[in-house]
Amino acid sequence: MKAWHFSENAYPYLPPAEEYESIRVNLPNKNYDPEKGAKLYDRFLDEWLIAEDEGMEIMLNEHHQTATCVDPAAPIVLGALARLSKKARLLILGNPVANRRQPVRVAEEMALVDVLSRGRLECGFVRGVPYEVLPANSNPVRMNERQWEAIDLIVKAWTSHDGPVSHEGRFFHHRNINIWPRPYQTPHPPIWISTTTPSGAKRVGSRGYVQATFLTGFEGTRKIYENYRQGWREGGRGNDVPIDRLAYAALVYTADSEQRAYEGADKLLWYMRANKVPFHYQYPPGYMPVPAMAQVMKGAALDQHAALKDKMVVEKAIEAGIMMAGTPDQVYAQVKWFYDHVGGFGHLLIMGQAGFLEHDDTVHGIRTFAREVYPRLKADYPDTKISGLETETAGVGRSEQSLRSAGMGVVNPVSS
Amino acid sequence: MTIAANALHRRTLAVAGTELELFEAGSGNPVLFLHSGQGVTANDPFLALLATKRRVIAPSHPGFGKSALPDWVDSVDDIAHIYLELMDRLELSHVDIIGCSIGGWITAEIATKVPERVKKLVMIGPVGVKTGTPDKLDVPDVFAMPQDKFAKLIFHDPEKFRPDLKTMPDEAINVMARNRETLALIAWEPYMHNPKLKHRLHRVTAPALFLRGESDGLVSAEYLQRYAALLPNTRIEAIAKAGHAPQLEQPQVLFEKVVAFLDA
Repeated sequence: MKAWHFSENAYPYLPPAEEYESIRVNLPNKNYDPEKGAKLYDRFLDEWLIAEDEGMEIMLNEHHQTATCVDPAAPIVLGALARLSKKARLLILGNPVANRRQPVRVAEEMALVDVLSRGRLECGFVRGVPYEVLPANSNPVRMNERQWEAIDLIVKAWTSHDGPVSHEGRFFHHRNINIWPRPYQTPHPPIWISTTTPSGAKRVGSRGYVQATFLTGFEGTRKIYENYRQGWREGGRGNDVPIDRLAYAALVYTADSEQRAYEGADKLLWYMRANKVPFHYQYPPGYMPVPAMAQVMKGAALDQHAALKDKMVVEKAIEAGIMMAGTPDQVYAQVKWFYDHVGGFGHLLIMGQAGFLEHDDTVHGIRTFAREVYPRLKADYPDTKISGLETETAGVGRSEQSLRSAGMGVVNPVSS
Repeated sequence: MTIAANALHRRTLAVAGTELELFEAGSGNPVLFLHSGQGVTANDPFLALLATKRRVIAPSHPGFGKSALPDWVDSVDDIAHIYLELMDRLELSHVDIIGCSIGGWITAEIATKVPERVKKLVMIGPVGVKTGTPDKLDVPDVFAMPQDKFAKLIFHDPEKFRPDLKTMPDEAINVMARNRETLALIAWEPYMHNPKLKHRLHRVTAPALFLRGESDGLVSAEYLQRYAALLPNTRIEAIAKAGHAPQLEQPQVLFEKVVAFLDA
């Protein structure tokens, strides 16, 4: 198993939430102080490099017109990290290609970073959250189709080496595709895709790309992984899905005492508490299928949001599987608990900084995890291990047995 | 005058490879009615009135109501082309067209393509052109506002006319969600207009009546004036106690104005 330090580069110095309608899309940037922002960038870059020193990998992402993630051009920060870091894998998760007008430009940016980092790029693609369509002026209808055409076009740009090729597709047109540089890795950097729907996960599985999912909890994640594995098998990739094809992003905070861990973990919940976004930004027409949207219009979303509010305390978040927090023994047990429930995964994407979790506490969380939890996870779950639940296919059963025999439950995963 | 429920007859017709839902009623000189982003139903009170005088043909646009949405369709121009074929199929060689909101936009596109086939146009709170400055939206962003604000901009009396989503049948709410999705598909960018259209409207020599509910919060009086000025033969009238949907709020007044204009 690989562990990745992930920071959204949030800007938390905001007026009281009652004073603004939304933390995204329309919060005026007069609330952003560039001096404070510059210090935050320095700090977050330092924290990524500390994570690298501790043996962890590096992950970053991109959002737009929001205080929750002041990294609207992740490839630029990735370029800085490519030079500042030395050995960590660099995961961008990801490029919102349904919102980018020129996929070939994305292929160029990623190839450049791959060369600059001597082949350490892990290239993620995301559809983008619903509140990104306005900042990008991007049509929310047919985004999936655009995303997949863009990904295929980027792969074509990365893997064509004999002079110009062309693309005249449904959404994108390029007459002369001949990128310089070409990627450092052959045939191209590993591809990651985040999706939260069963049909999306099947499609990612059939391609064999790495599937990532964010904060989908025990049941949601299990369903997504099941669909990924099904897609993998239906795509003719064989019976066994290595765990390194599956990634999960959770809020993670590890500390030397349970009390300190819970205090830090509580600060990580800023991500969820601060995400004040009105209905009309959360549900643009076309972003979800019509029947789902109709249910949302009838008020289903309000129930979901109420349920989410209940999870915004540390114990509930742990029980829901969106957070792992505690002493090293507790966090280790929680990861195993989650791993067994979803059938195994090979990448833990650690949302390890948020809001007012200050530098020293962030570093304490990184170091405690890296030194006292991570070695055990690496020993228990080598990348070649097979992912799957006993219920899926007969063929997986044996691998599953060995997976189960890793054991768990020596420590109460929630609280002692 | 009483309005019969289900006054319009519904059928489907394959046009340009697209299965279209059509609502029809009445006899006499034909009128093609092109609905707004809210869609059209068999119970439309204005169309029931109009059908007492005219043959009314009201298609659901591709992707609206129960009409199919082919993969290749993603613009108002595409819909206008499908309707050219519909006009051929129904032998509407010289026809009056009434368009509400985006239906007005489709009407304008059709009229620039085949001006000789349009007898008269009625444009009710139409969108489709950009007339103002780049730094201000001509039409407020309907995809970025709360539903209650939207209702206030659409209706003179929102409390009376806004739909109650909690009690609406699933099928109706599905249609509503689908209409909104297709509206986004065709009107997202450029927002609510075709930049070319204003350079083509001079070709539309048929008499045109531009109407606007006085409480319309989407289409302003200034916008309507600048729009109408792009056509050579227009007149403008206002409808009191109506917003962006006078066909729902003031069907009788609208009916009288429209018939007076078409019969003149």
